[in-house]
Amino acid sequence: MTPGILGRIKATLGLTGSEGPDGRPRISPDSIDGLAAALGLANEQGWKVRIEGARTWMPADAPADLALSTERLNRILSVAPSDLVASVQGGATRRAVAERLAAHRTWVAIDPPGSPDRTLGSILATGTAGAVRHRFGPLRDQVLGTTVVTGDGRIVRAGGIVVKNVAGFDLSKVQIGGFGAFGIIAETNLRLRALPAAHRTLLAIGDLDPLANAARALVDAGVDAVTVELVSPAATGSLGWWLLVDIAGTEEGVLAEAERARRIGADLAFEVLSGPAAAAFQSAVAEAALDGPVTIRLGVLPQSIPEVADLVVEHLGPGRLSASAGRGGLRWTGHPLPDALITLRHQLAAREIPVTVERAPWSFRAKTGHFGAFREGVRPLSDRVRAVFDPTGILMAPLDVPGNA
Amino acid sequence: MGATAPELVAGLAAIVGTRWVKVRDAERRTYEGDGLPTHASVPMLVVLPGSKEEVIAVVRLLATRQVPWVARGAGTGLSGGALADPNAVLIPLTRLNRILSIDPVDRRAVIEPGVVNAKLSEAAAPYGLLYAPDPSSQTACTIGGNVAENAGGPHCLKYGATTSHVVALEVVLADGTVATLGSRQGEPWGPDLVGLFVGSEGMFGIALEITVRLEAIPAAIRTLLADFTSVRAATEAVGTIIESGVVPAALELLDQACIKAVEASIYAAGYPTDAAAVLLVELDGTESGVRADSVVVEALLHRFGARTVRSAETPDARAKLWQGRKKAFGAMGRIAPDLVVQDAVVPRTALPDLLDTITALGRQYGLTIANVFHAGDGNLHPNICYDHRDPELRERVEAASAAIMKACIAAGGSITGEHGVGSDKIDYMPLIFDPTTLATMCAVRRAFDPTESANPGKVVPIHYCREWRPGPLG
Repeated sequence: MTPGILGRIKATLGLTGSEGPDGRPRISPDSIDGLAAALGLANEQGWKVRIEGARTWMPADAPADLALSTERLNRILSVAPSDLVASVQGGATRRAVAERLAAHRTWVAIDPPGSPDRTLGSILATGTAGAVRHRFGPLRDQVLGTTVVTGDGRIVRAGGIVVKNVAGFDLSKVQIGGFGAFGIIAETNLRLRALPAAHRTLLAIGDLDPLANAARALVDAGVDAVTVELVSPAATGSLGWWLLVDIAGTEEGVLAEAERARRIGADLAFEVLSGPAAAAFQSAVAEAALDGPVTIRLGVLPQSIPEVADLVVEHLGPGRLSASAGRGGLRWTGHPLPDALITLRHQLAAREIPVTVERAPWSFRAKTGHFGAFREGVRPLSDRVRAVFDPTGILMAPLDVPGNA
Repeated sequence: MGATAPELVAGLAAIVGTRWVKVRDAERRTYEGDGLPTHASVPMLVVLPGSKEEVIAVVRLLATRQVPWVARGAGTGLSGGALADPNAVLIPLTRLNRILSIDPVDRRAVIEPGVVNAKLSEAAAPYGLLYAPDPSSQTACTIGGNVAENAGGPHCLKYGATTSHVVALEVVLADGTVATLGSRQGEPWGPDLVGLFVGSEGMFGIALEITVRLEAIPAAIRTLLADFTSVRAATEAVGTIIESGVVPAALELLDQACIKAVEASIYAAGYPTDAAAVLLVELDGTESGVRADSVVVEALLHRFGARTVRSAETPDARAKLWQGRKKAFGAMGRIAPDLVVQDAVVPRTALPDLLDTITALGRQYGLTIANVFHAGDGNLHPNICYDHRDPELRERVEAASAAIMKACIAAGGSITGEHGVGSDKIDYMPLIFDPTTLATMCAVRRAFDPTESANPGKVVPIHYCREWRPGPLG
């Protein structure tokens, strides 16, 4: 089978591929047109396709006929620091993008868990927002436009390069957190921010309840923080939970705000970190999220975080947790059983808390689906929208698994 | 009306009551237009449901009869998006105007679509909260309409447009089915259908209940007024402020024509009438943050040639400065009987040249064009003054509008930043999207509304909708 598919691709499109680590045919087009041609052919032939970025967050183990990698679609196409916009290809890594932006004194408010070598396409497709969503909102707020190649090889360009734009339907939205079911993100236009002049991280260690209460007090007092993130002991390797509060801005503003935060959280004895020490803590938190094969995220409001964190641990076992104490949302990484997750989903669905499988081996995703529990009327709608972007269903992205949710 | 109309009227009246079905010419003519003066269309019927159950029943009846329909909020839209053809039923949602709940702990509100934008912030204020999107029409426009258009406003510079504030929607689709999109926290139950629905210009269905995020009222607010002798200098200052890392809550520009109209009106705000342009810069946040940002912004304003920088120190003084900005469109009535409020976006660095181009186009077409706009976002609002009774003048307005759009597109911009495409800008869509993308937009619309009954004929030119259809799964 393998030589057949690669041979067919070579003969038809002139693209050379190879066997991937799992012995399946794998190609890495270096242009959007090449990507589109490959998907067009796969669609015509009925080949099942899996999308690969850095192969960390969307594990590259789906039993596909063809693996399609974005590793050569990794260019940073433009950076316009004065307009605070950059255009990058889907295979560009977060590390490469961050370095390039920093050279222009800018950054993009995308700080997902996992390796810094994750690709932008994967980060957006899996919707993995990090702690800075507290200030800057979810990933969808950082994306001004996308170029997507659909399952049948069409190139769809949505949005633009301006920060405000309501021309036409916002097709980018469904790509973000769509797990590749709506096509492959080949390019994206990102909204940038100016790098702040100063930055401090406040760290407190303790039990979850008092930290969560303190976090709430900081938010209620309007402390101007970039992150207010709770991180579990397992994730930090320490004995207690962490509360990480990042403050950024002008030197004068940061010092004043950090002092105010310390006063409000006087009981917590915040330690103030800056420079490499602060960066080391952030990296530890991000990479801890890889400590286990499965990562899930839950749509929890801030006041329910401690209680739902307990429930998750009760059902799925000890894992690494982090939560945005100001904006809400909880992420857990560990070694769950699919049935345990399905049971948890049922319980939380009754409380209107969605549970999304963000990262898992194929054997797990195929049993649970990424979403699983849908609200009224969403499944048929979702299926119809998906059919627009992947008419014959060749893109391997198990959004939901009917019957188990 | 067609032969079936009496039966349809009876069916609708059975749902909403006779009083809320408008059949007489004079009644229907009330709804022939929205905020866009160049377009008008009298609907076949107007039906005003009073509850979400009535909305669902009305949509189901119309689906059964295969009658197209158009949902409408307060009719303040500026793109002709809520106009119904004579073969379509108009469904104003203004009677669904209840704020169903405000949760001050989780900072959420659940509202009906007919709630007037400003009313939500009023109701949230006792809890120290506000609803951030603030279109200039916020004292009249409804949040349902804001959802349809993904409405913006001055403070979207810092807080984002409507789409950043809507976390969940209960919607009725054109076939009468009801779907619940999104969740209270904001994490979707599946693909981001809330994001897709917001800004769909009434072509995907009707939002029956809207769950929004509320923001804390900032502890400190400072509003600066800077006046310039050159529009170019003012726009260059805008780019530099944004590039500095300071994110103002709002950053607005009014040019001289606009300043004069405001200052001659009852909305006079104290803008210097000899200025070529004024910038209204609002900073908000913590006391220390606002203080630090003010130092940066004032220095930049002076560096770019501001003659004076004045700070509104009291809430009343601030309200007065904002009154001039928010009522500028009304004040423009002093210049001419009619006004087309255009809407386009460009990268911020293109603003100085674009404003020169707009001035030149005004001269070329013999039109007065006043500019009042969201400079921080690059969101232009050239206001073209005219008299609709003069057909030759109307043609020049259309031609000037088209030339402005083309200039914005050439600068890498978009044809609309917050007013929507509607009827007004449908012909410009192929200038910024290729046929494949336009056909995909149509196909996504059909995923929500296979019969294309909801607000037909808007946003995407119909011939692009015939070129591609989904395959076997579609």
